[in-house]
Amino acid sequence: MELIGNTFSFWDFVSQPWHWAVSGAAIALILAILTWMGRSFGVSTTFRNFCTMAGAGKRTPFFDIDLKEEYWRIAFVLGGILGGFLTVQFLHSPQPVGISESTIEYLGSIGIEYPNSDKEGRGFVPTEIFNFTSIKGVILALAGGFLVGFGARYGDGCTSGHAISGLAHLQLPSLITVIGFFIGGLLMTHLLFPLLMGL
Amino acid sequence: MKNISFFTVGIFFGIVMTKSEAISWFRIHEMFRFESFHMYGIIGTAVVLGAAAMWAMKKFGVKTLRGSEVTYNPMKLSIRRHILAGSIFGLGWALVGCCPGPMYILLGNGYFIMILVLLGAILGTYTYGLVMDKLPH
Repeated sequence: MELIGNTFSFWDFVSQPWHWAVSGAAIALILAILTWMGRSFGVSTTFRNFCTMAGAGKRTPFFDIDLKEEYWRIAFVLGGILGGFLTVQFLHSPQPVGISESTIEYLGSIGIEYPNSDKEGRGFVPTEIFNFTSIKGVILALAGGFLVGFGARYGDGCTSGHAISGLAHLQLPSLITVIGFFIGGLLMTHLLFPLLMGL
Repeated sequence: MKNISFFTVGIFFGIVMTKSEAISWFRIHEMFRFESFHMYGIIGTAVVLGAAAMWAMKKFGVKTLRGSEVTYNPMKLSIRRHILAGSIFGLGWALVGCCPGPMYILLGNGYFIMILVLLGAILGTYTYGLVMDKLPH
């Protein structure tokens, strides 16, 4: 990428994968904007809102909440969906996600091929595992989502609420929850996932 | 109309998370295998700069647009609960390779399988609401 004459294109520049420092700073900015707007960064509460919308508040007091105070959060995640759509349409990376060679090699050894080019896949979701066409894919997608939803509500927050917002407010409960995220994550990645792939 | 502002911040969130590759299952797998600094760099930068921003907002008494002070409602410390809840979340996070924000953003990226993952997450949340009284808090 050269900054001389017409060879520099802004769109090509922002369509590259972003450096981790730029991404981290942008997430901190989102936290600051939401805080300034008087709300706290937290995505998983939307799941609770959907339970309330479906009428769960009539049976279980936990879901008997005032949705008027929650519409901002729904608006935020709907924006997230559109943001993802706009990125794939207009800021599409020319290459699949550049994960490390050792991870690619390891995944190959348990039967997961990493895409070589963008045509084969973007490196976002291993669709050979998670898909609508295999019973295993459907079960794993539902079960993984279930654990995330259950754990997030039990711990009163997910990655945005604890790992970003909670840690930024120097909260000890959030730090312990993040340690928990890693206990579960390491257990899944190193022990359970290889077993699940062998089934 | 305020919700339009949150919708706009959400769009930015979706773009950032996609371009940062933090929504990639493979990035999460790589993170839990300690084979790249990428995810640690993102979370670390976000926490350090976020903490500086929160500190500055409290220090200079910035009022939010809703007229309140910048505060945080602390959770009651319960190590057993945090470790247990965090571990359950972590098992799911590492399996589907995405936490709640990325589930929505991946859906926008065209991965319709996320409808199932989101459905699972809503069912998990509902189940928690049913059994919460029986769990240690």
